[in-house]
Amino acid sequence: MKRHLISAGDLSRDDALLILDTAEELARVSERSIKKLPTLRGRTVVNLFFEDSTRTRISFEAAAKRLSADVINFSAKGSSVSKGESLKDTALTLEAMGADAVVIRHAASGAPHRLATWVRGSVVNAGDGTHEHPTQALLDAFSMRRRLGRLEGLKVAIVGDVLHSRVARSNVLLLGTLGAEVTLVAPPTLLPVAVETWPCQVSYDLDAVLPKSDVVMMLRVQLERMNAAYFPSAREYSRRYGLDRARFGRLHDDAIVMHPGPMNRGMEISAEVADSPRSTITEQVANGVTVRMAVLYLLLGGSEPAIGTSAADPAVQTVPGGEL
Amino acid sequence: MSTTILITGARILGGGPRDILVRDGVVAEVGDLAGTAAGQTVEAGGLIALPGLVDLHTHLREPGREDAETVETGTQAAARGGYTAVHAMANTSPVADTAGVVEQVWRLGQEYGHCDVQPVGAVTSGLEGRQLAELGAMADSAARVRVFSDDGRCVSDAVLMRRALEYVKAFDGVVAQHAQEPRLTEGAQLNEGEVSARLGLTGWPAVAEEAIIARDCLLAAHVGSRLHVCHVSTAGSVEIIRWAKSKGWDVTAEVTPHHLLLTDSCAERSPLGPYNPIYKVNPPLRTAEDVRALREALADGTIDCVATDHAPHPVEDKETEWAAAAMGMIGLETALSVVQEAMVDTGLLDWAGVADRMSARPATIGRLPGHGRPIEPGAPANITLYDPSVRLPVDPSSMASRSRNTPYEGMALPGRVVATFLRGRPTVLEGKLV
Repeated sequence: MKRHLISAGDLSRDDALLILDTAEELARVSERSIKKLPTLRGRTVVNLFFEDSTRTRISFEAAAKRLSADVINFSAKGSSVSKGESLKDTALTLEAMGADAVVIRHAASGAPHRLATWVRGSVVNAGDGTHEHPTQALLDAFSMRRRLGRLEGLKVAIVGDVLHSRVARSNVLLLGTLGAEVTLVAPPTLLPVAVETWPCQVSYDLDAVLPKSDVVMMLRVQLERMNAAYFPSAREYSRRYGLDRARFGRLHDDAIVMHPGPMNRGMEISAEVADSPRSTITEQVANGVTVRMAVLYLLLGGSEPAIGTSAADPAVQTVPGGEL
Repeated sequence: MSTTILITGARILGGGPRDILVRDGVVAEVGDLAGTAAGQTVEAGGLIALPGLVDLHTHLREPGREDAETVETGTQAAARGGYTAVHAMANTSPVADTAGVVEQVWRLGQEYGHCDVQPVGAVTSGLEGRQLAELGAMADSAARVRVFSDDGRCVSDAVLMRRALEYVKAFDGVVAQHAQEPRLTEGAQLNEGEVSARLGLTGWPAVAEEAIIARDCLLAAHVGSRLHVCHVSTAGSVEIIRWAKSKGWDVTAEVTPHHLLLTDSCAERSPLGPYNPIYKVNPPLRTAEDVRALREALADGTIDCVATDHAPHPVEDKETEWAAAAMGMIGLETALSVVQEAMVDTGLLDWAGVADRMSARPATIGRLPGHGRPIEPGAPANITLYDPSVRLPVDPSSMASRSRNTPYEGMALPGRVVATFLRGRPTVLEGKLV
């Protein structure tokens, strides 16, 4: 593992599998009544959120706390950042406080890369602009593997606003590394120029892609895109690219439906599809905590197995750091 | 009492060694002048002698952003880079859109004396793209403005552009267009292509430049005026300009040193890490294919000249996330080295070609009769002595510019300006400001 997790593309196949396998072990801890491990006791994790994202921040916070790290939540609103402090000065402040890891969410693509040049601790990208969201891709891969038992050869359709989606970018990179076959589906206006150079297939036709898909991942489509002429109307978008009951019926029986949230019910996904048993949407949230625990553990704790390798009773297994 | 300087052994435009005698600011004699008495002798064995360089595109930032650059520091940087004249862009604060502001900038240049400062006038008042600035008043002022540009912004309104092109005909002016279709480049951060797609940065498509250039060429032809295209950056723009020239239209174009050397991949992979805004510039760095086309176009004359677009910014405007950073890079002190690297050492241009593209043609476009003249008896002694044999790492801290935003930091570039003479007076000797 590298020191930071900024792009899903930085992960080798071995790195990615190590994170997923570690998460699998940590998931067992989450099933216990006492969910806390002492692994990161005395370490400080800063959640540096320049964009509102309650769900991602809470997920990272829960992950760090379950590993006994000290968590500092630093949100841009009401802080010195809103008074014009630069990202660099914020970074130097965190550095002076001794942050071991900084989890950053920022509206500017590349902000985590810049942060990493100014701090010594590990930087974890919790979403940067329209660039990447690697822990989302990891939790998506984790959720797919749990439901379908494998990733290799899995056919994954990612549908919606690919152009502005950090989730899509990270998923294309990670799923490619892990051997899944990704097809991006969107109107041509919502695909980046040069998308043909990405390691995936591209289609404008959702109906053609659905029957061949094992996983359909619907992306959030923001209504304001309509005003910038990316598509004519919400109704037309929904008709051509929304996952409604009729389209859902075209999926094969084992296929699953995913969404990174928050959803626009009735726009890219209908309520009955979102709430169906083949939707993993709430599991994704739970898996998010587990996967982020694995990421923080591996970046800060070391490369030893998180819970130990023996199949003994989890309650008495050794914990990395040896402090159980 | 006349002042004389004897420059010995210089290779004029890369030719055989010659001595140059300068008397009272004018080239007096060229040849084998051993034994000629002179007040000062400058040993120039092995050095290339070029006519003093002329920049059509410099941001001196004064008035308004003296924290980034001043007329004094900017012209010192110019002299260090071998320049004897620079065109100071109009996007200052206040904007150079009146005779008062252009005369102020021109006078500051005269006072400091490191190189001639030829102000560029704004095309529209306040660069706002609504109403023509008082172009005639600026042309008639002491600053004698001939080049007009809203650089930094595009004169995107077709009617306004047409009128500006027509109006400047009255005083042999030229409109230098920053070609950027504004709607196609809202929030644009980086060349639209593979790299911008991967980095998730809003794309700046080539078509936004090319569409404006095509329109402006047609407008210039229609009204029979002169158009100059600033910082051409794409292969498609080159094709359009080549076509316009083939029609005999009076269209000229410039390319920056950085567009001849760097590509958008710098934003993704560089020793400085990804997303380093030192590479953020407008128009953006393009692809290797564009770089190749720009070099060929400069070599065959489709692109007339090299212009630096020297754009100083203080550290705090670059040590930020990419989207928040200012656009632009400094270039006066590295331009000749970059041109040697991209054009001379690649065999695309000889030193006579460099003199043409960096001195003669920009002086002609800018209507500066005292600059860009061949080094021969009777010409003003604007001379640059350059040592092409060295290769040195670029050290921003040693630069004369007040700003440090060079994209070449740490990169080894060929060549070094040893001396610069402005009308016979050395402004730089031994690589140092006089």
